[in-house]
Amino acid sequence: MSPPRVSQDRSLPKAATGITGLDEITGGGLPRGRPTLVSGRAGCGKTLFSVEFLVRGAIQFGEPGVFMTFEETAEELARNVLSLGFDLDQLAERKQVSVDYVRVERSEIEETGEYDLEGLFIRLGHAIDTIGAKRVVLDTIESLFSGLSNTAVLRSELRRLFRWLKDRGVTAVITGERGEGTLTRHGLEEYVSDCVILLDHRVTEQLSTRRLRIVKYRGTVHGTNEYPFLIDEDGISVLPITSLGLEHEVSEQRIGTGVPRLDAMLGGTGVFRGSSVLISGAAGCGKTSLAAHFADASCRRGERCLYFAFEESERQVVRNMRSIGLDLAPWLDNDMLRLHPRRPTACGLETHLASLHKLVSDFEPRMVILDPITNFLKAGTIAETEGMLMRLIDFLKGRQVTALFTSLTLGGGVQEQTEVGISSLTDTWLLLRDIELGGERNRAMYVLKSRGMAHSNQIREFLLTDNGVELKDVYLGPNGMLTGSMRMAQEAREQAAEIGRREEIGRLQRELDRKRQVLESGIIAQRARFDAEADEIEVLIDQDKAAAGIAAEGRQKLAHSRKADEPAHETSNGSRRNSKTGGRK
Amino acid sequence: MNDELGQPQGMDTLNGHAPAEQSVWELRLYVAGKTARSVAALENLTKLCEEHLPGQYRIEVIDLLIHPKLAKGDQIVAIPTLVRKLPEPIRKVIGDLSNTERTLVGLQLRPALH
Repeated sequence: MSPPRVSQDRSLPKAATGITGLDEITGGGLPRGRPTLVSGRAGCGKTLFSVEFLVRGAIQFGEPGVFMTFEETAEELARNVLSLGFDLDQLAERKQVSVDYVRVERSEIEETGEYDLEGLFIRLGHAIDTIGAKRVVLDTIESLFSGLSNTAVLRSELRRLFRWLKDRGVTAVITGERGEGTLTRHGLEEYVSDCVILLDHRVTEQLSTRRLRIVKYRGTVHGTNEYPFLIDEDGISVLPITSLGLEHEVSEQRIGTGVPRLDAMLGGTGVFRGSSVLISGAAGCGKTSLAAHFADASCRRGERCLYFAFEESERQVVRNMRSIGLDLAPWLDNDMLRLHPRRPTACGLETHLASLHKLVSDFEPRMVILDPITNFLKAGTIAETEGMLMRLIDFLKGRQVTALFTSLTLGGGVQEQTEVGISSLTDTWLLLRDIELGGERNRAMYVLKSRGMAHSNQIREFLLTDNGVELKDVYLGPNGMLTGSMRMAQEAREQAAEIGRREEIGRLQRELDRKRQVLESGIIAQRARFDAEADEIEVLIDQDKAAAGIAAEGRQKLAHSRKADEPAHETSNGSRRNSKTGGRK
Repeated sequence: MNDELGQPQGMDTLNGHAPAEQSVWELRLYVAGKTARSVAALENLTKLCEEHLPGQYRIEVIDLLIHPKLAKGDQIVAIPTLVRKLPEPIRKVIGDLSNTERTLVGLQLRPALH
């Protein structure tokens, strides 16, 4: 846990209270050796605060303490704080704590003449000396004002008392009932000026929230915010969860979402460790199912996961997730997963935050799921919810815990605006959408933003199957996006058309082959005919040649016999050439 | 009880020569050291007792500086405090007892209205 940035002031010695969180916001505790005023209305936890200061001082820091109570008897006090694990009787036996009940009953006291409160000083001094006390609580010293009438004396004596406490060097807590417009009814803050802590228990619309604020702390830097605090079986826990600033470590490590296709959409490897993820969508969009995948994936990695279910009981979540093939029961059994079902309206926002803080600190999960955060709006306004979530996110980021929030939207377009405040705090925003088309309602998902990583801009159809969440490509065609059975019908149509096309191509191919065969066989036949004709012609040529030779020979013989000597003509045909040849010869 | 608290330093018991058969007023005056206020208180008390309870009172003076433990038992806050142990119920009068009327009312020796 990273405490608020309060410097440890060495010059001002401090006495640690041991109260969870308080020492962080005060930078070490209450001013040592000085009185601190703790003010608040009835029932705000003043007495418990002071008892815890004393008991923890005695047990943890070896500083015995005196508890001077003006309102409850020692027995009542011991009984009241026993439920919180503080055994005052035992501590008294060990001389670690001494309880003195001071009762001033006006009805049995008559005042006459001058007096002082030396008796109180002596009692306190005696108690301090007996156990060597280093701490003193006066709860609530203002009761003296109702028991004694001479306020002038009381005031001067209280002033003297606080100075006396300082001189004794004890670290004191003085409680005071808050008055109208003043910190205490009788203006104790006038005398106790070193440190003033205000406790508040506010009830807004039947929801209670306890808060603590350091009004003043002389000589030291302190957190000035109102810090929520819890009172439970471990006593008080102050939760220094205000905006811790934006200085937390960032991780480069990526963790899977449990849905491979979603990981692929988120740059292939999922979300950054320690980042915050928002899943928003209308009712029945599958937010919880997706969240359960995150939880399952976290447990599979061997990382603890804390799941706050604000709408469903543990068993209901387990049963419902089983229906999509996701069994969370083993993770619950081996304590990898803790499911905290609780109604958001069970307590105020701050108290929720405080208990979240405490659970996270105790369980040390690597992933925290809040399902859904929108229900917090019932416990507070949008601004308050945002403020609370911001502090929660800062707190979780500071611890490198991945946060997953789901957010219910009510359909229409306006929801994205109301969510802006919350969404701007988150690093990755997954939007689940209904798509009503063709008489049915289907789910679609896209990554609206994801800081620091390349992510898909595609809308995917979000299917809840027996094997969990599945993401499918949606059909994009001339008629827009198709999902569900329309997508399937379209896919079937496309498939049919594809088969048809393939058949047509085959048919054409075959026809072409046949034509080629026809052509080729034609060619062969023609060639055969040609060959036959060629042979015939060759024969004729040969015969002709033979005949011509015989004729020439005959003429030669004839010319020779006639003793012919005239020359042959140029344009002469065979017979002339023959005659020319014959002539030359 | 008075005998046990006894005679040690700072604790004086004044016996008003009380006859044994009459009811005795047991008065305790808590002081812190011998301050002017405590001396005045004791003087005022003694005078008042002599006047209104002659012979039937016993005053015990307890100095808390010496016996701080005893402050708790009688729920002493203011100094000086006069405690009427007997007759019961316990009554307390704080201050230097300079106002006799109020002291008498406080000790229920006189009704408050007068």
